[in-house]
Amino acid sequence: MADLNPISLWRRLLALPNESRTKTIAVAFLVSLFSALLVSGAAVTLKPIQEANRAAERQARMDAMIAALPGLAEILKTSGADTLETRIIDLDTGLEAEGVDPASFDARAAASDPQTSIALLPDIDIAGIGRRGNLAQIHILKDGDDLSLVILPVSAAGYASTIHAYLALEGDLNTVAALTITEQRETPGLGARIEEAAWQALWPGKQIADANGEIRLAVVRGGAVSEYEVDGITGATRTGNAVTNMIGFWMGEHGYGPLLDNLRAGRL
Amino acid sequence: MARTLRHLLAPIIDNNPVTLQVLGLCSALAVTTSLLTALTMSAALTAVLVMSNIAISAIRHHIPNSIRLIVQITIISTLVIVIDQFLQAFAFEISQRLSIFVSLIVTNCLVMGRAEAFAMRNPVGPSILDGLGNGLGYSLILVIIGIIRELFGAGTLLGLVILPAVKDGGWYTPLNLMLMAPSAFFILGLLVWAIRSLRVEQAEPKEFPLTDEPERRHG
Repeated sequence: MADLNPISLWRRLLALPNESRTKTIAVAFLVSLFSALLVSGAAVTLKPIQEANRAAERQARMDAMIAALPGLAEILKTSGADTLETRIIDLDTGLEAEGVDPASFDARAAASDPQTSIALLPDIDIAGIGRRGNLAQIHILKDGDDLSLVILPVSAAGYASTIHAYLALEGDLNTVAALTITEQRETPGLGARIEEAAWQALWPGKQIADANGEIRLAVVRGGAVSEYEVDGITGATRTGNAVTNMIGFWMGEHGYGPLLDNLRAGRL
Repeated sequence: MARTLRHLLAPIIDNNPVTLQVLGLCSALAVTTSLLTALTMSAALTAVLVMSNIAISAIRHHIPNSIRLIVQITIISTLVIVIDQFLQAFAFEISQRLSIFVSLIVTNCLVMGRAEAFAMRNPVGPSILDGLGNGLGYSLILVIIGIIRELFGAGTLLGLVILPAVKDGGWYTPLNLMLMAPSAFFILGLLVWAIRSLRVEQAEPKEFPLTDEPERRHG
């Protein structure tokens, strides 16, 4: 009859020579188990606080972007609105989603939940994001009845992380008013420089699509020579390509394409 | 008592992990652009070092030799991830500025070196002191470099204006070089030189002395 008392089993395990196979496997297993428990415990318990921090950071960056946009403060003052309208958009139809409260809408959670998102096929998914939420939260500013600014959240898989950004478009829906990167963990000193104000300052005034409607805005190597090109960062080609793909995907028919059509037609 | 204290005090100057053993340089260069990031990094590394020394020393009799390095790395990386999670939760802004360098503590030879050289062979008490001493030695160098770089690169210390910069109406023109990585090398080099001039025993013997004789070829 084998002795199954856990304390004596434990003693026998400890008494084994260190080089025995059983003890090697047991030690490896126990160390991994404790490490896994610690890491997942810390990750799970601290996640709500981290999420709150990230949300505050996103909000702060959007506020900073709006504050930096030229002329926006005057429009806000003359239109009498003290802030932007927040809308929840159904991306497939490009129309406002009914019955969703913007205050409680969590775009990140919705984009990863299979119930509220769709898987993107590889040939569509040029931004490499895997899944796209059915709904998106956008911000609109109107001057009277004219559209003066649309702010769209966009994202793409970068070199080492998922890049999240806000793209602000002017009233013609083709001119970039601003691009602000809200979250990225690219290589410090290279790809991470997309977060620098100097690089983001290259974006305002760039055109997204040409007269035929083809999306041409891209981050290029070398110097930008046209209004469809933005200077790339040396040593960060893949991060630059990710930003290009981000614009390409989200401005296209599987991103905000239907919404932009509706906005142009005045249906929203 | 004196011998116990040596574990704590020796690594601070006499056997400093950065200036004598020249370990942990990557982070020492990367996070010292300001004093606050240097202090945070120092605290994070010291905490990881002390805790990994405790954990490894406590189970040292039961770590099979064949997998000892992977066991050490597992313990160290666990601690680093936990510390990184804590920073992201409670010091979000600083953790953004430290970016990946907190996670890179895993690959810091200093932590691995103390685990392998000291904690594997010594009881928990001395291992704590050794971890703390080495952590403080690393911190000392980071803080010195951080003070010099932030003071001369931005005219501030911990964000407080010490030397009013020209662009804010003061008289001081910040040295932009101080905010770039090479300046950390210069300061570190000068520190090593200063310490080895004061403590001559730290200077290493020349391994390949220069000679006047041209090298002879042996057929």
